[in-house]
Amino acid sequence: MLAYAARRLVLAIFTLWTVTVLSFIIIQLPPGDFVDAYMAQLSATQSNVSEQHFESLRRQYALDRPMYVQYLKWMSGIFSGDFGTSMMWRKSVLDVIGDRLAMTMVLSLGAIILTWAVALPIGIYSAVRQYSIGDYVFTFIGFIGLGVPSFLLALVLMYFGFTLFDSDIGGLFSPEYQLEPWSWGKVKDLLYHLPLPAIIIGLSGTAELIRVMRANLLDELRKPYVITARAAGMSERTLVLKYPVRVALNPFASTVGYLLPYILSGSVIVSVVLGLPTLGPLLLGSLVAQDMFLAGTIVMMLGALTVIGTFLSDLLLMWIDPRIRFEMVQ
Amino acid sequence: MQDDRQPILSVRNLKTSFFTDEGIVRAVDGASFDVHLGQTLGIVGESGCGKSVTALSILGIVPRPGRIVEGDILLRREPEDGQAHEIALTSLGDSSSEMRSIRGAEIALVFQEPMTSLSPVHTIGNQIIGAARLHRKLSKQEASELAVELLSLVGIPRAEAAIDSYPFQLSGGLRQRALIALALSCDPRLLIADEPTTALDVTTQAQILDLLRSLQEQNGMAIMLITHDMGVIAEMADQVVVMYLGRVVEEGPVDTVFGESKHPYTQSLLRSIPSIHSTPKVQLPTITGTIPHPYNRPAGCPFHPRCPDVIPGVCDKHEPELQSVGDEHLVSCFLYHPVPETSP
Repeated sequence: MLAYAARRLVLAIFTLWTVTVLSFIIIQLPPGDFVDAYMAQLSATQSNVSEQHFESLRRQYALDRPMYVQYLKWMSGIFSGDFGTSMMWRKSVLDVIGDRLAMTMVLSLGAIILTWAVALPIGIYSAVRQYSIGDYVFTFIGFIGLGVPSFLLALVLMYFGFTLFDSDIGGLFSPEYQLEPWSWGKVKDLLYHLPLPAIIIGLSGTAELIRVMRANLLDELRKPYVITARAAGMSERTLVLKYPVRVALNPFASTVGYLLPYILSGSVIVSVVLGLPTLGPLLLGSLVAQDMFLAGTIVMMLGALTVIGTFLSDLLLMWIDPRIRFEMVQ
Repeated sequence: MQDDRQPILSVRNLKTSFFTDEGIVRAVDGASFDVHLGQTLGIVGESGCGKSVTALSILGIVPRPGRIVEGDILLRREPEDGQAHEIALTSLGDSSSEMRSIRGAEIALVFQEPMTSLSPVHTIGNQIIGAARLHRKLSKQEASELAVELLSLVGIPRAEAAIDSYPFQLSGGLRQRALIALALSCDPRLLIADEPTTALDVTTQAQILDLLRSLQEQNGMAIMLITHDMGVIAEMADQVVVMYLGRVVEEGPVDTVFGESKHPYTQSLLRSIPSIHSTPKVQLPTITGTIPHPYNRPAGCPFHPRCPDVIPGVCDKHEPELQSVGDEHLVSCFLYHPVPETSP
């Protein structure tokens, strides 16, 4: 078990390192650098800044040095806890990300919990009552959920919120709390604003999980062990929950790994539309501006989340499936 | 066994059909037989002849879109106050608590595939304890002691350790033994064993059959053994029911059916068994043709297109009925019975 964990750790570090190299290269692939983008932006607003200022900026961020030097500089900073400076915000990357990371976590967690709480029972119902009216209704809603892009849903809901209730449903805080320090009032305000974005972000995932759960469970319901349990006189409800649902959860556990980073990166457009103070819009902005330290750090965090998520899902699988547990230990 | 004893289970004219989009499949089409305590009833036939559906019908767990359309299944309880009483299983709802109290407790099932008939993610002990506590008032501790007892009864070595093992850690033979232990957990009076040895190698088959026989000697239960293997029937059964396309074609004591088989189908089945006396490198006799598609069942006697002794104009027009041809020996074939005069 310990050897297994150690092996996973080494692999995780290697994966993360590969992610940093690749993201660093890819972010720099478009022609030009941050200063070029900055210059274009300034000249668009007709500001007058001297050539020397740009040169000093380039030197400050080592943009005039070869790429591997820049990478090594960034890396050596990371090891001492300094993730670099955001060129766009003129602040340390960690300061820029700060609160937004926490907000993203809260939102993602909310979306995941919602997804599971809704998808699992509906999936079970749809499988056990296959081809019933309820199954058809959920299937219909599910396909709509899969088919409608979530940013569109966000737009539509915002429109109705605005026209019908005259309220702005975007954001995670009411205007009066926006810049306030944390307080109970602000937490309450957050809880009040959280459900809608969580529903919008979780919707397509919910629809997908309903389909997955339904298909998995339908497979399991046809297995002979279900007949064995039924022939033993177990009631249908106990039986379904104890045996096939338990087995059908396996594939669920293995998707946890993708869920974490997906909800973070998959909600970029929704977050932009709803004006959420999360990582998504920040990542988009930093990529447009070629703010590579900020973008690189966010991408690295996504990578870390993927690695952590995969590890968690493996642990979960080992916990719920004895076959995998025994295989791993040996 | 005394012949005057009442059967514990009587199946009369059982018809179970599956109502699919493509049409109605008559999986069991008028089966009748009796099962006696302490005896083994063998049900034999090719795959798809309705053997397994018969078993599921008795337990009231025919999967949708199938259901029992006709017939009676009578379970006879132990005489209480000198009066035996019968329960018509077909009149109980499939998921009624009364039916559930019979399933597993009085009638237990050992299903055909030991590889998949136990939940892969629960320990053997967990599953046996769960089944035992459904019908018996046992504490967890008592149920777990019972599980160990049952596992050693069915010949699983180191039963104390085995209750904590998962099905995938056991061989096919041991799994089948565990499945039998599960079925025995509530001391059933009738054990339905549906192809219990099909997935096992020959040596293990013999061991499982021995086990079933010795269990029967110990607790006097009735066994309904479903198989396609004539050899298994010859070894195990007291009474034999031969099924073809959902109907019983021949029925009787095992020696009579094997020694003086009357129905052409039974005769063909027996001829196609390789014998130690047969000439080497000579093809075994086979039954010509294949089982008709269930949506497309032939008129008249279902076996007539493949029958070597078919009587044209009779077998393809009229349906034969199960009638006596001797002591406890029943056959449904026009070779032995007069043809009904009125044409249907």
